Amino acid sequence: MSTSSIDRRKFIQITGITGTGFLLGLQQRGYGKTAVASFTNEAAGYNLSPYILIEKSGGITIFNTRPEIGQGTAQSIPALICEELEVPLEQVTIKQSGGEKQFGAFQGVGGSYSVRGSYMELRKVGASAREMLLTAASQQWSVPVTECRAEAGKVIHASSGKSLTYGELAEAASKLQVPKKPVLKDPKDFKILGKAAPRPDVPLKSSGKAVFGIDADVPGMVYASVEFCPVIGGKLISVDDAKSKAVTGVSQVEKCERIVGIYRHDGVAVIADTYWAALQGRKALNIKWDKADKEAFSSLAYNQKMRNLAKEEGKPDNKNTGDDTALYAAPVLVEAFYETPFVSHSPIEPMNCTAHWKDDGVEIWTSTQVPSELVSEVSREFGLPAEKVKLNVPYSGGAFGRRLINDYVLTSVALSKKIGKPVKQIWTREDDTRLGPFRPPTFSLLKAGLGRNGMPMAFRHKVISPSIEASMDKRYDKGKMDKGMTEGISDQDYLFPNMKNSYVFADVDIPLLYWRAVTSTTLAFAHECFIDEMAVKAGKDPLGYRLSLLKENSSTYRLLQKLKEVSGWEKPLQKGKGRGVAQYKFFAGQCGHVVEVTRKGDGVTIDKVWSVIDMGTVVNPDTVKAQVEGAVVMAITAAIKNGITFDKGQTVQSNFNNNPILRISEMPDIEVHILTDQTGQIFGAGEPGLPPLAPALCNAVFAATGKRIRKLPFDVNKIA
Amino acid sequence: MPTIQLKVNGQDHTVDADPQMPLLWVLRDLIGLKGTKFGCGMALCGACTVHLEGNPIRSCSFPVSAAAGKKITTIEGISANTDHAVQKAWIELQVPQCGYCQSGQIMSAVALLKSNPKPTDEDIDTAMNGNLCRCGTYQRIKQAIHRASEIMQS
Ligand code: FES
Ligand code: FES
Repeated sequence: MSTSSIDRRKFIQITGITGTGFLLGLQQRGYGKTAVASFTNEAAGYNLSPYILIEKSGGITIFNTRPEIGQGTAQSIPALICEELEVPLEQVTIKQSGGEKQFGAFQGVGGSYSVRGSYMELRKVGASAREMLLTAASQQWSVPVTECRAEAGKVIHASSGKSLTYGELAEAASKLQVPKKPVLKDPKDFKILGKAAPRPDVPLKSSGKAVFGIDADVPGMVYASVEFCPVIGGKLISVDDAKSKAVTGVSQVEKCERIVGIYRHDGVAVIADTYWAALQGRKALNIKWDKADKEAFSSLAYNQKMRNLAKEEGKPDNKNTGDDTALYAAPVLVEAFYETPFVSHSPIEPMNCTAHWKDDGVEIWTSTQVPSELVSEVSREFGLPAEKVKLNVPYSGGAFGRRLINDYVLTSVALSKKIGKPVKQIWTREDDTRLGPFRPPTFSLLKAGLGRNGMPMAFRHKVISPSIEASMDKRYDKGKMDKGMTEGISDQDYLFPNMKNSYVFADVDIPLLYWRAVTSTTLAFAHECFIDEMAVKAGKDPLGYRLSLLKENSSTYRLLQKLKEVSGWEKPLQKGKGRGVAQYKFFAGQCGHVVEVTRKGDGVTIDKVWSVIDMGTVVNPDTVKAQVEGAVVMAITAAIKNGITFDKGQTVQSNFNNNPILRISEMPDIEVHILTDQTGQIFGAGEPGLPPLAPALCNAVFAATGKRIRKLPFDVNKIA
Repeated sequence: MPTIQLKVNGQDHTVDADPQMPLLWVLRDLIGLKGTKFGCGMALCGACTVHLEGNPIRSCSFPVSAAAGKKITTIEGISANTDHAVQKAWIELQVPQCGYCQSGQIMSAVALLKSNPKPTDEDIDTAMNGNLCRCGTYQRIKQAIHRASEIMQS
């Protein structure tokens, strides 16, 4: 959103945006709107910015452009506006935008960007509105504006004791010029920001009242379940649907398509009056697929191909600082090869979308990370003007990057267009597990030349992997240095006198996508385990060795010092226990962990994780802690549970039995610490907790058992 | 389609359904109680947990015919105003993230506390192990169950 969008203030009828969003947060007190009712008040309201709507009655609606997917934006985003507007969060109604133009070109969540990307902008929105309300009051009372103050949704004139509510002032305020440079509050006066605050969505999510995409209910709606070729990319030859149509409740069988990145996959949809009937009908389909050239793909062969590619000269990045003489002249050479798997996103709410194609456009209900992208994609694909795509964005039952693309949406819209009825399409867990898109695997070849004192003279990290960008864009240049696939490897604060990091592209025909913390989740494993290998070779303490590679004024030095302190790193451990440390700095921010494990049988138990996340500025510390706790759990799953593998072109895994996620009984204690400073910097919260977990864990396993893990996932109960 | 009588949250419902249709879809799509969620369809994730005669079951893998005439409780039925001790503790400790698994988590927790008002960490692990949370709220779930137990004692 740009500053200029703040100037596009105008009086509008609430009805102009009615039905474009679901009611997300709700005040438990205040104006008494009900929990899940949609916002259909016909009364006039006044926009002091596209994001703020004030009704005469005093009701205040804040429009949130950052969908709540579990990361807390239902609180943290409106909080930015409310803080400056001087209105408690409990007094406002929060409504999710649905890609409408007035809410800006990008409405979405990803890259841990929501709060840091909105922090100044939305505070200015709130401050401008506050100044307009103050001016309106001072004009009405004919007193200097400096004698007025805003508090809890009112403007107060202290000396006369007069006060007016924002509702009473809204009309006059909406006619004023929007201040170009509103004065922001001094952070020491903050009432909301920087404090642990409850989230408005939590009571709804503790009572079954929160509405998710899958809960959409449209009159006349039918259900769809789609069979795609089990061999990813197989083409439809023919379908015999006689048995399927004989299933009670099944009304139609239709061909359809899934558009995912550069791929278009054929599907067969079974339409029925209940989802259960659609599933039964789907089981009864008899489909012939052409799998010819796709069946040869297997993980075994692909992994070998990646290992072979490691021998190739990679494309170096622009941080390349030296030739190989120093590397091979060093008295000690350390070398290692690391491997990571494909993984699935597996949010517990499977992909689903309800679409209703009407004479004058389409209406969509779906959980998504990217309302604005979704609207433009549907409008492009179906040749509709964007205003004819009406999108309702309920809560997302998890996303983790999966809901950045709209494959399931396009299929539903096409089906509704074809059959002329509202269609709710729901993927099964098996669809969700088998069809991807997946986090790509990365293999890493690392080399370091150490001096006699153990200090590095040269460092190399070569990444071999398929590319997410290549999966999304046909024009991808296969010979280039792929920045996305080498994320962070040249951005660590460690001082290497000679460094050359590079990339080798490995082709693959499987859809790939961003996964929470993207490529940093796999590269940090290789990078930070290898730093540990260097420390071991140097005969140094791994944390102390890292500190010796850092400038004392670097953020990494400060982070590691904090970890050392909170984890009691220097306290001796009982026999059979081990501690490991790791950190990673990348686009989303920076976090570090110390993990403690205990030997048990042939494996270890993961006992405790200490986490330090650098936020710079924090909006809701409790939400940040929750994000790091969740990131740790997701990263442990990726480190020790099944990854996704392929055999004969098919995904081997299908559901949570063979693609498991961590359970409560496997949980370590997690203790999260937040670093802040006064520099005004602000970093992300959702992703930084992931990358350093696997290396900290594997470094701890090494400390406890002497066994070096270089391949994920590994079996924590049986360490080879 | 046979007619089946169900007693859900104290109310009687008559539905026309395939006797094999899982209770989950009957609750969600025929009766309209959407608080109970679909996650895996194979009794592997717990998102669909409801109570049958007070005991937690996975409604995605439970044919509706087997629930006929029995007392069914869903997340909508555990309190009228989100004030069950478990819900209070959930809100106090800000347990949910995306929230999708939480109806199932809460139903398992309510059942646990009914049979075991003062569970240990191990009791919680055993009772809650079938409820997956991809957002990773387990630590808070454990704390909240202890807190709910306290609230119930007081
Ligand atoms: S949906 Fe029933 S256990 Fe997963
Ligand atoms: S809160 Fe998201 S799956 Fe549990």
